[in-house]
Amino acid sequence: MLETAISLAMGLFVLAWLLNLGRLIFGPSLPDRVLALDTMYINSIALIVLYGIQQDSKLYFEAAMLIALIGFVSTVAVAKYVTRGDIIE
Amino acid sequence: MDTLIEWLVSAFVMIGGVFALVGSIGLARLPDFYTRLHGPTKATTLGVGGAIVASLLFFSWQERGLQLHEVLITLFLFITAPVSAHMLAKAAMHRDLKRMKGTRGEPWKQ
Amino acid sequence: MSRLLDRVLPFPSLSLILWLAWMLLSGFTAGHALLGAVLAVLLPLTTRPFWPNVPRIRNLPRMFGFVVVVLYDIIVANVSVAIKVLGPLKSLRPGFVEFPVELDDDFAIALLASTISLTPGTVSADVSQDRQTLLIHALDVDDPDALVAEIKQRYERPLKEIFEC
Repeated sequence: MLETAISLAMGLFVLAWLLNLGRLIFGPSLPDRVLALDTMYINSIALIVLYGIQQDSKLYFEAAMLIALIGFVSTVAVAKYVTRGDIIE
Repeated sequence: MDTLIEWLVSAFVMIGGVFALVGSIGLARLPDFYTRLHGPTKATTLGVGGAIVASLLFFSWQERGLQLHEVLITLFLFITAPVSAHMLAKAAMHRDLKRMKGTRGEPWKQ
Repeated sequence: MSRLLDRVLPFPSLSLILWLAWMLLSGFTAGHALLGAVLAVLLPLTTRPFWPNVPRIRNLPRMFGFVVVVLYDIIVANVSVAIKVLGPLKSLRPGFVEFPVELDDDFAIALLASTISLTPGTVSADVSQDRQTLLIHALDVDDPDALVAEIKQRYERPLKEIFEC
């Protein structure tokens, strides 16, 4: 039961991830691509958490946390760069 | 008891997956950047939220004790998602991205 | 005594949050409780110059009520937005709405803007230099005035009561 549900949900997240990849490739604008990357890392966090449940291991929590931290910082940095042409003014 | 937890975890996992997919469908399907911006806010709140609640329940049940550290991820995402959405909206307004037909109101000059 | 306490713990709520985050990260053991407590005192002290004036929470029960309302709204609004995203796109009526802010404090305004972004269907896009107006993008808005009134009543008024600003 649980096995099936997790596999199914992982499928859904991967599908979502592929849609983000499409947006990343086709753009059309730079902010669109950044937004696509942002959504991709969020979906990746969920995928890692699900993988952790599937493998019955709590180690993956740290990986998810790290992706959350780095993803946020990079999104803000790139968005700021697009707006201002500079990251630290 | 065990089957109940199993059902609950499965339900939360599926809810998370469905909402993340809907958010990403929005990102792929909506016509302009400003409407697309609404996609990821959903994926973060309920998509990851569902996965986190499932993980919380699962590990609390496995370890026979409350495991709360996954909450940190949700908390962090709840704090950061509006900030990235805000920064991206400002970037889009700066670039004067085109709006979908029928959009009311005007974005501000950056 | 209270002045000494002020000097050691300039931001008690920040220290509490840091300590709780530490405990959640590393597990509830006596050793980590001690280490977390040391960090919770040291970190606010060393980063003190970076912190703007953070207002005190004056009304804790109201704060919990606010959090519950926001969580409930996130779930309800998610479902309605999901239906809109999957439905015909021609019927969407997106729009930029200007929201007149009544809050005085920067932190409270930031909380309001974050709440608006977290509840699906609205994203706060910008705040004016004088902190008097928020620019909100709504995915599907029928009546902009009604949206402003709803945000005022549901989120802004509780925040005003919580921080008394």
